[in-house]
Amino acid sequence: MTSWQEYLDKEGHPPVWPYPVNYEKEQEIETDVLVLGGGIAGCWAAISAARKGVKVALVEKSATIRSGAGGPGVDHWNDCCNNPLSKVNPDEWAQRLANNSGGYTCGGVAREVQCRENYDALIELENMGGKVRDTEDKYKGAEGRDDKTKFMISPRYNYNHETNTVIRVWGSTFKAALRKEALRLGVKIYDRVMATGLLNEGGVQGARVVGAMGVNNRTGEFMIFKSKATILCMAGPGSIWVFNTELAGITTFRSRAMSGDGQVMAYKAGAELTMMEKTGTLNLGTGFKHNWYGGAGDASYENVRIVDANGKALPVPYEGWGSNLGQMARGGAPGKPPWEVVRDGVLKGEYALPFYGDFPSMPKVESDVTWGLMIGEEAICRIIVDTYNASGFDPRRDQLQNYQLIEGRSMPQWRSIDGAGARGGILIDDWNMRTSLEGLYATGDQLPASGDHNLAATTGRYSGRKAADYVKQIAQGKIDKAQIAAEKARVYDPIKKNEGMDWKELHAGVARTMQYFCSEYKTESLLKMGLDSLNEIAENYVPRLFALDPHKLMCSLESLSTLEYSRMIIEASLARKASSKFLTFDRIDYPQQDPPEWNKFLTLKLENNKVKIGERPLGFWGNMKENYEKYNQDYTGVYKGK
Amino acid sequence: MAKKIFAVPNVATPSRPVIFTDKCKGCNLCVEVCPVDVYIPHPEKGKAPIILHPEECWYCGCCVGACNIEGAIKFNWPLQQRGYWKNKATGEVKRV
Repeated sequence: MTSWQEYLDKEGHPPVWPYPVNYEKEQEIETDVLVLGGGIAGCWAAISAARKGVKVALVEKSATIRSGAGGPGVDHWNDCCNNPLSKVNPDEWAQRLANNSGGYTCGGVAREVQCRENYDALIELENMGGKVRDTEDKYKGAEGRDDKTKFMISPRYNYNHETNTVIRVWGSTFKAALRKEALRLGVKIYDRVMATGLLNEGGVQGARVVGAMGVNNRTGEFMIFKSKATILCMAGPGSIWVFNTELAGITTFRSRAMSGDGQVMAYKAGAELTMMEKTGTLNLGTGFKHNWYGGAGDASYENVRIVDANGKALPVPYEGWGSNLGQMARGGAPGKPPWEVVRDGVLKGEYALPFYGDFPSMPKVESDVTWGLMIGEEAICRIIVDTYNASGFDPRRDQLQNYQLIEGRSMPQWRSIDGAGARGGILIDDWNMRTSLEGLYATGDQLPASGDHNLAATTGRYSGRKAADYVKQIAQGKIDKAQIAAEKARVYDPIKKNEGMDWKELHAGVARTMQYFCSEYKTESLLKMGLDSLNEIAENYVPRLFALDPHKLMCSLESLSTLEYSRMIIEASLARKASSKFLTFDRIDYPQQDPPEWNKFLTLKLENNKVKIGERPLGFWGNMKENYEKYNQDYTGVYKGK
Repeated sequence: MAKKIFAVPNVATPSRPVIFTDKCKGCNLCVEVCPVDVYIPHPEKGKAPIILHPEECWYCGCCVGACNIEGAIKFNWPLQQRGYWKNKATGEVKRV
């Protein structure tokens, strides 16, 4: 018996909610450092703060053991400039990363920290029990494997071994190791608690952050966390423009539960956000999922050649050693993106569908590495590989069907902010990784244009130690009872009704508004109509939201985050009166791309609940090397304590 | 006696991300690992969990990965997600 309808059939009634329900009941917790979000960034932040001897509480909406985009696994440890095989200078590499995309990136602080410290983090991870080397010599003879260190260097960004910055890792071992270490260090973990709002000192928007509130999504209990410092480590939203659970998930990297709650609560608390106008198009895949891993064409497939139905090689890039056909760095025909060349070829009959990843053409060890290690360890792919294997797929014999051309790109109105780099986030204009609010830090997915596992790890690790230093100098702030009462009223409103509008309909309604009014095609009047539409939803439909149990209450609150996040995107889109190639931002009424006077970050924040737009120049983080060194004179490298 | 027919809404699609077999001892480890609470524990101790929110499944597979009993829980891909492959030598096409 495995489904509720089978239960009903046998028992004659549906199952009773299995957890005690304690709506409105309050639990108060006091801590030094409060970490919101227990994914990769959150676990690292908690560990790093706890190592400094302060009290740490970690709040996780799911279950820390596997939660977050990197919870199930990861196969690449990118931008690892200090690894012994690296051929790049960390400061130069960081500078290059910070200057990518016209300078609209997660910024100099995050990139410098990442490039300086992520090898240290990797070694610490290994010391905690994460697997980062081929210690059993399983892949001996594979290109990029170093026999001395047993590190497996990836061909990613690595034509002819000219960089060696990416290490292949066994990331499915990471999350359990991190959680174990956090618990060992005395971090108090609160699983199944959705953080819903921040507490400002005295309840004043823009004042120091002195804690957070949340609700347990199994029991409905209200949680109040008082803290000296709070670190936001939650996920960005995964489904602003397209929402459909019926198609089995939304994207490869983001579960339905990832709804941008962190950025939304920071905004409401008065923090500055930036690049909120940036979007991309949604990467679709088979059944909306596994766009890369089940169908070839990603970095994890880095050295698999893609062929057509007759075995003819496609002119699309793959990242083979020395092939100069890097999936991300190089390749393609001059003047045309490679997949457009393929599309033209298909229409002319030059290439026959379907396409395949040609595993049998690879040397055995390379195919083993790609199938077993790279795909097997990446994100949620272990179960995909296991399923294919159990069904009889054999990479020595079989070619894996590729769906990239058919499903790879969505319609332009099906936009996304889930892809790495394709979204805004919380502004960090501070070398301690503090936000614009005192007491509030932000890392990982909370940063604009982030989305990489090791960036989350290293920024989490950095902010944890900085927040720990801060809390040693300051007392607890004063929380405001009225702010708590207002949040309780907001949070529990949906459970006071048993009919009206369910969370899915609300979410889908918001998504449709975004498709209509904030798509590839943007004008002042369309965007204003979009804002009116969202405001109308807030006014007329949000009060009708109903939730039948604590889980659906959480989903309802997530839909409210989606609504607020959408408003932020439209406000930011209205503010930028120019198009931008780098922000994937097209204004029909301001068609000029990246005119010099608009080459700047726009910032967004609430002041007395009114939207306030500000700006920062490109490169506002200053000299990265000098600043990093100035602010980290006490940094001691790999953790050596107990 | 005729089987009792209940009046219930359509089931969510997809409705069954995993299949529990008789080997499941109802330890609920999968319930605790699942990041999106697809499951709830069965009210009767020792029985396989109940799939309550199947359409929220992220297909991360962590429940299957966490299970300590070989064959107690099996992943069940929705039809539209079942990928194909081809035997390079014979051209034979198969599907998960």
